[in-house]
Amino acid sequence: MADSMFKATQQNVSDEHRDFLVQLLFFGMTVLLIIPVIIILCMLMWKGGPAISWEFLFSEPTNGMTAGGIFPALVGTVWLVTVALLVSVPLGVAAALYLSEYAPDNWLTRFINLAIINLAGVPSIVHALFGVGAFVLFFEFGTSILAASLTLAIMTLPVVIVATRESLQAVPLAFREACWNMGATRWQTIRRVVLPNAVSGILTGVILEVSRTTGETAPIMFTGAAFFLPFLPESVFDQTMALSLHLFVVATQVPNVPEHLPYGVALVLIGMVLLMNALSIGLRMYLRGQKKW
Amino acid sequence: MDARVDQAPAIEDVAIETRNLNLWYGTFQALFDVDLDIRRGMITSLIGPSGCGKSTFLRSINRINERLGYVTTEGTINVLGNDVYRASVNLTQLRKHVGMVFQRPNPLPLSIRDNIIFSYKLHAQDRNRLHRSEQDEIVETALRQVLLWDTVKDRLDNSATQLSLEEQQKLCIARLLPVQPSVLLMDEPCSALDPAGTNAVEELIWELRENYTILIVTHNMAQARRASEECIFMLLGKVVEHSRTDEMFVTPAQKETADYIEGRYG
Ligand SMILES: Nc1ncnc2c1ncn2[C@@H]1O[C@H](COP(=O)(O)OP(=O)(O)O)[C@@H](O)[C@H]1O
Ligand SMILES: [Mg+2]
Repeated sequence: MADSMFKATQQNVSDEHRDFLVQLLFFGMTVLLIIPVIIILCMLMWKGGPAISWEFLFSEPTNGMTAGGIFPALVGTVWLVTVALLVSVPLGVAAALYLSEYAPDNWLTRFINLAIINLAGVPSIVHALFGVGAFVLFFEFGTSILAASLTLAIMTLPVVIVATRESLQAVPLAFREACWNMGATRWQTIRRVVLPNAVSGILTGVILEVSRTTGETAPIMFTGAAFFLPFLPESVFDQTMALSLHLFVVATQVPNVPEHLPYGVALVLIGMVLLMNALSIGLRMYLRGQKKW
Repeated sequence: MDARVDQAPAIEDVAIETRNLNLWYGTFQALFDVDLDIRRGMITSLIGPSGCGKSTFLRSINRINERLGYVTTEGTINVLGNDVYRASVNLTQLRKHVGMVFQRPNPLPLSIRDNIIFSYKLHAQDRNRLHRSEQDEIVETALRQVLLWDTVKDRLDNSATQLSLEEQQKLCIARLLPVQPSVLLMDEPCSALDPAGTNAVEELIWELRENYTILIVTHNMAQARRASEECIFMLLGKVVEHSRTDEMFVTPAQKETADYIEGRYG
């Protein structure tokens, strides 16, 4: 029987060969990327796992932080992140709404957008210095949860704005036009149609931001987090311990710390972050299911 | 007020009156001296090749064009004797009286019920005291008017975007009706539909003509001929001819009209 007209030519064979090699290369790079993450996680679990217990989570550090638990730091981190969010989310969402739904498309708006993107790239130590200057000294909040959280909030704002703006812009223009053509004002359009459809994206952005904020050390170090303070904060004007700073302290600043302790702190920190990322993914899947288009 | 408007018959018969309407997108002029009297209580179709300014004309009647920010409009547009460009005009009120239907059905990402009740709520005087039973009645009436009630009555809480295109387009017409508009502007309302859907929506529009003034843009000559009483032909931003549909299709007054109707423009 004669060869089929669909038989591969030499060229086809070598093209496919190359395609396969490229696939292999990309796969290899992906593996290379994941391996360090896995190693870190395994090491943390292996070395820090034995440190984790109810007592570790819910008691105070003792013996000059070489024994005991991390409760004040855990609570402090929750305070810092919560207060920061209470400031940055309303502010960031409002700014994004203005920029995406109200602002005219002119050079000023474009300039502001550009500025916001650049602000997201400012190193956190610079934010820390700004926080000291503005909140600790100028507004006289002192070193306190308030000053530290405001610093964190300023730092996260650009990312909240960008994430929100992107979710808003993912809502098709046709929906807005339909509303405007029925006589809806911009706010009515936003409240009834745009926001409900953008909220899943906004939440995802916010939660990812939370997980980043949780680990930040520099911005809180000079503005509100204490090395050692075995009490729980009572108001936003108190200082507090924080997990990230505590990790830095027990890993580098205190002599004679048993090895499992810093690893335990790191494991808790990573656990919190992973938990929040998982929450964000779950929430997004749930809200996507709710979408009506 | 100028003399023409004082003539009683004009006000009675004319739903949309434009005088010397010129429109620019930036420096590009899209409409040239458009003078039209679109008669009340009938269907007028607007035909002409792509890009001749049909959508632009429609969008200047409910002033949605202005949102672009770089549009300049000169001249007057009166809807039922009211100048729509007067400073005291409230855009929400204008758009309540002048409803618009688009080429692509654009139901909101809400339930069928909420789509219908949406504009009613926007315009209701006391929207917080709107009872459920009242809402149900409004929804049913509107859906019956567009012959959609029987198909969707059991799934009013389903998303409107899951309906077929034909049903979506009917819904988009239905959602305008509860606020009792006077004028319905339709921009190629059937061009996204299959032939059966086109027929159904066309029939619906024909049913509605008694209670509304309808201005419909279409690319479909057969549709214009079948479904409208008067016809306007535009070319390059100008009105070439405006006459009774049967006259225009049988004895067009202008050579360009004849060429277009016979398919010589594409
Ligand atoms: N938003 C816009 N910005 C600039 N030019 C536009 C815009 N919309 C339409 N035009 C121009 O105006 C002319 C008329 O367009 P349009 O009213 O959409 O025509 P039609 O609906 O008859 O196809 C076209 O030349 C088009 O390119
Ligand atoms: Mg058009």
